[in-house]
Amino acid sequence: MNIIIAEVGGQGALLAARIIGHVAMEQGYTVKMSEVHGMSQRGGSVISYVRYGKEIFSPVVEKGSADFLLGLELLETARYIDYLRDGGTIICNNQRIAPMSVITGAQKYPESIIGDLSKLPLSLHVVDALNMAREAGNIKTVNSVILGCFARLSSIEYPIWETALKNSVPSRFLEINLKAFQSGYKALEDNAPAERN
Amino acid sequence: MKRLLLGNEAIACGAYEAGVTVAAAYPGTPSTEITEYLSGYPEIDSEWSVNEKVALEIGIGASIAGARALVCMKHVGLNVAMDPLMSISYPGVNGGLVIVVADDPGQHSSQNEQDTRYFGIAAKIPVLEPSDSQECKDFVIKAFEISEKFDTPVILRLSTRVSHSQSVVETGVRQQIALKDFQNIEGKYIVAPGYARKRRVVAESRLQELHEFAETTDLNTIYDGDESTGIITSGIAYHYSREALPEAGIFKLGLSYPLPRKKIEAFASKYKRVFVVEELEPIYETFIKSWGINATGKEKLPVIGELDSSIIRKALTGKPLKKEPLTLGYQLPQRPPVLCPGCHHRGPFYVLKKLKLKVSGDIGCYTLAAFPPFSSMHTSICMGASIGMAFGFEKARGKEFAKESVAVIGDSTFWHSGVTGLIDVVYNRGFTTVIILDNAVTAMTGHQENPSTGLTLKGTETVRLDFEALARSIGIRRISIVDAYDLEALERVIREETAAKEPSVIITRQPCVLKKGISSQNEPFKVLPDKCKACKKCISLGCPAISWDNGKASIDSTLCTGCGLCGDICSFGAIVSSKDDLMAAE
Repeated sequence: MNIIIAEVGGQGALLAARIIGHVAMEQGYTVKMSEVHGMSQRGGSVISYVRYGKEIFSPVVEKGSADFLLGLELLETARYIDYLRDGGTIICNNQRIAPMSVITGAQKYPESIIGDLSKLPLSLHVVDALNMAREAGNIKTVNSVILGCFARLSSIEYPIWETALKNSVPSRFLEINLKAFQSGYKALEDNAPAERN
Repeated sequence: MKRLLLGNEAIACGAYEAGVTVAAAYPGTPSTEITEYLSGYPEIDSEWSVNEKVALEIGIGASIAGARALVCMKHVGLNVAMDPLMSISYPGVNGGLVIVVADDPGQHSSQNEQDTRYFGIAAKIPVLEPSDSQECKDFVIKAFEISEKFDTPVILRLSTRVSHSQSVVETGVRQQIALKDFQNIEGKYIVAPGYARKRRVVAESRLQELHEFAETTDLNTIYDGDESTGIITSGIAYHYSREALPEAGIFKLGLSYPLPRKKIEAFASKYKRVFVVEELEPIYETFIKSWGINATGKEKLPVIGELDSSIIRKALTGKPLKKEPLTLGYQLPQRPPVLCPGCHHRGPFYVLKKLKLKVSGDIGCYTLAAFPPFSSMHTSICMGASIGMAFGFEKARGKEFAKESVAVIGDSTFWHSGVTGLIDVVYNRGFTTVIILDNAVTAMTGHQENPSTGLTLKGTETVRLDFEALARSIGIRRISIVDAYDLEALERVIREETAAKEPSVIITRQPCVLKKGISSQNEPFKVLPDKCKACKKCISLGCPAISWDNGKASIDSTLCTGCGLCGDICSFGAIVSSKDDLMAAE
């Protein structure tokens, strides 16, 4: 399984990646992850990689081979579609965060991303994660909403995810993150793998 | 116990298990987390040093005094520590001394792609190179054994993808390593020529022994493959190679230097084609070709940037990507990193741009002011260079130029290596104006303590070094302290100080908005659309919270920290605090 998580630095992709990694390890898979720290995290375009399976060498997902692209922001989702394999899945937040070139008016934020993505040979799930995070109690839990969506599409059972969240999220933020996770999980209820319905 | 660990965390874990009792480092991506994890072990005396040179000197002292010592830095940090490194090579060690250096292929967070293996060769000391988190832990332990067995410092070379990747590690228990006697061998640690000439001979025979060791050590591993292709590789490039050509034979070097010549010759003889796959410089390749082996390396593989499985597959087999990549068919706006909403660096750089000064900058978050929309930093070369360089401007263009230029440096960078530049300015009668951006933390690398934060790595309270007192003590008379959000004061002070015919120091203060424990008490600001004249002055602050919405400025209340800079510069009173707006409504 090859997963990439795209974000605007600071949205919490690292935590989401780590939770997926821990869950996969609990399932007995070999897990490798790679992440970006430092300069790029200051509001820049950032991707994290998670890979798990029987035998994994590289911690980096190759272009054209990702099964899932989890996008915490729309433009950043669009930026990394070249990592997806044909038939891969996108789960993305429909939130738009303008990069500096758009803020200053030098460039335009593309209007048609969602429509354009839907024309590709992919399965696409767009959610209003910002709003769901706000309803859960904190707009900074967009990462947990998207993680919840991914969990629903994965073949790993809910309680395992909940335990992983409990082990990874500081206790004072746990309740809000669990709520956000659950709202993401429910949002893709109809898209859950067939064998689990 | 099996744990999923970051490479850097595994290094700390290895140091703990190896019985290390002293660790010193200066933060730098991608090496920083090693020391943060080390600080969690009460058995290890770990510190954020003022710079890498001091960190290594502490390591050397601890080693000679009998302890196992670990010193960590990023690749360019090793340049700063090169004097002690070159000088401790001949004397050698007492307790094991391991220097962990993290390279940054791809320049994710660095000014260059220098390859640390060259530095090991230059210093005539062994270089180990782990490829995943388990090896990070295991190789640290082995590095200490090698250090003590061969009486040598050892470099452990990491790269961004090893430091910042996670994989499973089987952790163990801490070795009980007794503190050795304080070593007092005549002249061993005195590098005066008479003694050092003798140690020069010792170092050379040590290197010979290490060459022999390289032939037998289990740090190097051979994976047999079909006879068509043999690959000689190391570090993360090993994993990329395994994935790119699963059928190939692989010689994985865990000991990057010295190389096992006989073993490599025997390996190469078994394969029709031999490739050398190494990230960055053609170091193995140069050695291997010099032995007459017909190998291919940088003819096919890039010397620039990171490798990956696709690059290697394409280079070695001619087969490109697995498939044509998906594309939307149009260019997307780029998203480079930016100063955070509310970042106090905005104040000084807004004023510097307005005053059209030539800005000699330095290394830190504030280097982002070199990019649009500020574009108000003109040079940034290496840690601490801003001050000496600004003085250089003045020497080249005459004293009058001091009125048109300033040096700008962050608090941690100033302590790291700006202090000496400032002393030089005073001593040599410069007129340079130095602005110290004091945000009370080492921000860029993720909020580490430094000599002016009042806390050590372990969170212990300590002396808070005082910029003002330091500047005064070295003979600077013109010292100002300004609130970094106070644009009016900043402009006035910068004008006055650049005009002064003597050196000045301006300290701008505001804590980093991301610093733990600093939460904004301010209400977010908002734009009153009726008053907004669409002049875009606020946009020039480059604040991610301000955007353009239907021909007017708009502030994202979820991002705004309420710093108020945009309200201060708006000529039409169109940007107000939500709090004030609410009160007006009431």
